[in-house]
Amino acid sequence: MSDSLHAETITIAGHGDDQIEAYISTPLHGETRGGVVVIHHMPGYDRSTKEIARRFAELGYDAICPNLYHREAPGAAPDDAAATARANGGVPDERLIGDVAGAAAHLRSLANSNGKVGVIGYCSGGRQSVLAACNLDLDAAVDCYGAFVVGDPPPDRALKMTNIVDQLPNLRCPLLGLFGNEDAYPSPDQVDELDRILTEHHKPHEFHRYDGAGHAFFSVDRPSYRVEAANDGWERIEAFYGSCLGS
Amino acid sequence: MCTYATVKTELHGSAKGPGGTGSKWFHITDGTVYFDHPVHAMAEHTLNIDFADPSKGPAARVAVELTAQSARDLVEAIQAALASAPDALKV
Repeated sequence: MSDSLHAETITIAGHGDDQIEAYISTPLHGETRGGVVVIHHMPGYDRSTKEIARRFAELGYDAICPNLYHREAPGAAPDDAAATARANGGVPDERLIGDVAGAAAHLRSLANSNGKVGVIGYCSGGRQSVLAACNLDLDAAVDCYGAFVVGDPPPDRALKMTNIVDQLPNLRCPLLGLFGNEDAYPSPDQVDELDRILTEHHKPHEFHRYDGAGHAFFSVDRPSYRVEAANDGWERIEAFYGSCLGS
Repeated sequence: MCTYATVKTELHGSAKGPGGTGSKWFHITDGTVYFDHPVHAMAEHTLNIDFADPSKGPAARVAVELTAQSARDLVEAIQAALASAPDALKV
C-alpha cells in the first residue's frame, strides 16, 4: 500500500449546520478504508495535531480534524484561538458532539469509505472523544489522557466542564485508553474508577498506563513528550483501529 | 497534567503587541491567568497570562508564559514597585 497522501483545509457542516474549518488528510490509494476524527488538544487546532491527522492517512485511514475553536476565532493563530476559547469557558459539550458528528458524516461520505469511523482525542479531547462515543454511532474511540471523564473539576473555575459519568452507560463502541501514571488530571485513581465503571457496564475497553509519563506524552514538541510511551501508544492505536475500523 | 485552572480579571491599561507592520500599543480590558501547559516555554507547566482586548479579535493579545518561580518573583516585584509609590499616585 502506498504511503502517499493528500492533505488540505476544508469546510464542513458542524453542530447546527455551522460551517467550520477542518483539516483533512487522505491516502491516495483507491482501496476502501475507515476514517478517524481527530479531536485536538486544549492548545488548539495546531501544527502538531495536523501532523497526527497526516499520520493516520499514512496508516491508511481518512482522517479529519475539525477546528473546535473556529467559531470564536475564525482565521486566528491556533494559540490565539485557544486563548480566546479558554477565556470564553471552553467548548460546550453539545457543540462538540455536533462537530464530531459532522466530521464523521463527512468521512462516511468519501468515495473510498468503508463506513467505519473512529474518534481519538488528546488532553481535553480525550474526554471529548469519550463524550462523542457516548452520543454518536462511532466504531471505536481512543481517549488519550482525558481529564474529568470521571472526577469533579475543582469549583470556581472559568472553564465550564463537568464529568460524564452519567453518560458512560451509553458508550456505543470499544474504548482504548492511554494514560500516564505521573498524570494528575486524570490521576491513576481516576483511571481506576473509569476502568471499574466501564467493567460494571460491560463496556469493551482496553487501558494502557505508562510509568515515567505524565500528561501529554504524545506531544512531540513539548517537554512532556515521552518517546517510549508515545511509541507504544501509537502501536496500540494501530492495532485497535486495525481491529475496529478494518473492512 | 492539564490543570484547566483559569482565572479572569478585568484590566484597564495598555499592552504592546503585533499590529500593522511591526508592533503597536492597544488598550487592554481583560486578563486571563492560568497554570497549564505552555505553547512555547520549555517547561511542562507554566503560569500563563493573556493581556487582551477581546473586542479587537483573538490576535489582540499579549501572552507570557512564566515558570512558577518566575511568576512568584514577578508578583513580588509588582508588589514592591507598587509599595514604593506614594499612595496619592495609585488610583
